[in-house]
Amino acid sequence: MDAHRAAEAAARVSYGRLLAFLAAPSRDVTAAEDALCDALRLALETWPLNGVPQNPDAWLLTTARRRLIDKVRHERVRSGATEGLKLMVDNDETFGERLPDKRLELLFACTHPAIDPSVRTALMLQTVLGIDAARIASAFLVSAGTMGQRLVRAKTKIRDAGIAFEIPDRAELPARVESVLDAIYACYGMGWEITPAAETGNRDLVDEAMWLARLVVELLPQEPEAKGLLALMLHCEARRPARRFNGRFVPLSEQDTRLWSRPMMVEAERLLSAAAPMRRVGRFQLEAAIQSAHAERARSGRVDWSAIEQLYRGLVALAPSVGARLGQAAALAETDGAARALALIDEISPALVAAHQPYWALRADLLRRLGRTAEAREAYERSLGLTKDAAVREFLMAQCLPATKDGARDCSR
Amino acid sequence: MQYAILIYEKDSDFSARSDGQRQGSYWAGWRAYSQALQESGVMRGGAPLQGPHTGTTVRANGGKRHVQDGPYADTKEQLGGFILIDVPDLSAALDWAARCPAATTGVVEVRPILQRNAG
Repeated sequence: MDAHRAAEAAARVSYGRLLAFLAAPSRDVTAAEDALCDALRLALETWPLNGVPQNPDAWLLTTARRRLIDKVRHERVRSGATEGLKLMVDNDETFGERLPDKRLELLFACTHPAIDPSVRTALMLQTVLGIDAARIASAFLVSAGTMGQRLVRAKTKIRDAGIAFEIPDRAELPARVESVLDAIYACYGMGWEITPAAETGNRDLVDEAMWLARLVVELLPQEPEAKGLLALMLHCEARRPARRFNGRFVPLSEQDTRLWSRPMMVEAERLLSAAAPMRRVGRFQLEAAIQSAHAERARSGRVDWSAIEQLYRGLVALAPSVGARLGQAAALAETDGAARALALIDEISPALVAAHQPYWALRADLLRRLGRTAEAREAYERSLGLTKDAAVREFLMAQCLPATKDGARDCSR
Repeated sequence: MQYAILIYEKDSDFSARSDGQRQGSYWAGWRAYSQALQESGVMRGGAPLQGPHTGTTVRANGGKRHVQDGPYADTKEQLGGFILIDVPDLSAALDWAARCPAATTGVVEVRPILQRNAG
């Protein structure tokens, strides 16, 4: 038996659970990480010799906890502090087959309002999933050193500011759940941005986000928004195989619906149906409902744009964002025409969209439909210059070229 | 803060510049990128460079001058140009670097400009 693989598997499945349990009493995430890391290293050394223990998690936990106690003892000698040790000993309850699951508490700590929003997703990925800082850094487009510093600062804050590992009370819960879901969705968005192609192998962040969303749905069964988020991501993932054809970008309206994953769409619908009777509509349920309306094309071959427009209107009212306003405008273009849609996006403050790729892509499309070819070409070029995705760049270029031909005279600037 | 975006391209990128089949999309990508930089108000300067074979290196040490044909470093990706931008911080600079067409075909390096105090 490959002990190395067993250790890796244990780490993979149980990392967050072990870390949450180790860190909860002292709130010292860094110390818990170090101890767990030591335990994993020791597992790699001893398991190949002595065999994989019957309960690998329990072995890792006991070893890590011993390390933590050693460390506290060591520090106590230095500083005379006894509180840490006491915490450790108090926590030494026995656990049976299953370790108490403190991951939800850990998620709430990572996304606490006192933690800088820009670091919450990264912190969650590192602590709950054990993803290393360098990989997280690349996803966030920052250097490993910078990301490392940010994570250290956030963990120090959790420890020193006394951010408790607990489930927030009823009054606070909805807002705190929203922070958790936002952080998961940000992770999904990042995976989306890096690996939009169906054929690319590295889609880890997307998988991690799906996994976290499933975890939250499981741990918070009474939260309709958690179901909404998972439904939203499932609908988007269902279309992944259709989004590229021979490496080329295929926009939603031209996707072959036969390539959409039925099981994922069914699961998404089931989640939305389960969320609806809880009668607390939120941003993620609305976004998922919009995707669900798009998914209808796979069944009926039609898209109900007026329903989509209404859903976006609700979304804009509830959680105004440039993305939601663009979505509403795109739907409005189908129901009321491109001119109305263009008027709607003209209301968005130019400062918000100067470097917003989807804005320029939609603007270009609307101008093209209105026959304003030269302006359309300029907007296509702008959106082209703002994309990070080579396939999207090529797609937009193809949109640009006919415009150049048609409007050759207007374009000779 | 000002940053230089240093653009390193592969042989195939350099050859795309004048290849009848590929030059259209090569230059369209760059034109759009530099236009987006300009219209977003972050562009401060920059220029594309001719291919590495046009480079000549000079070294003058120990009273001796060495002139050598070719670029300084013999690497797979070669400096193909640079852009100077003014953005609030490194993450904004990296965001612009990721949009650079060469980010998907070659390598793009971001470096802050050395600020020298007056006097």
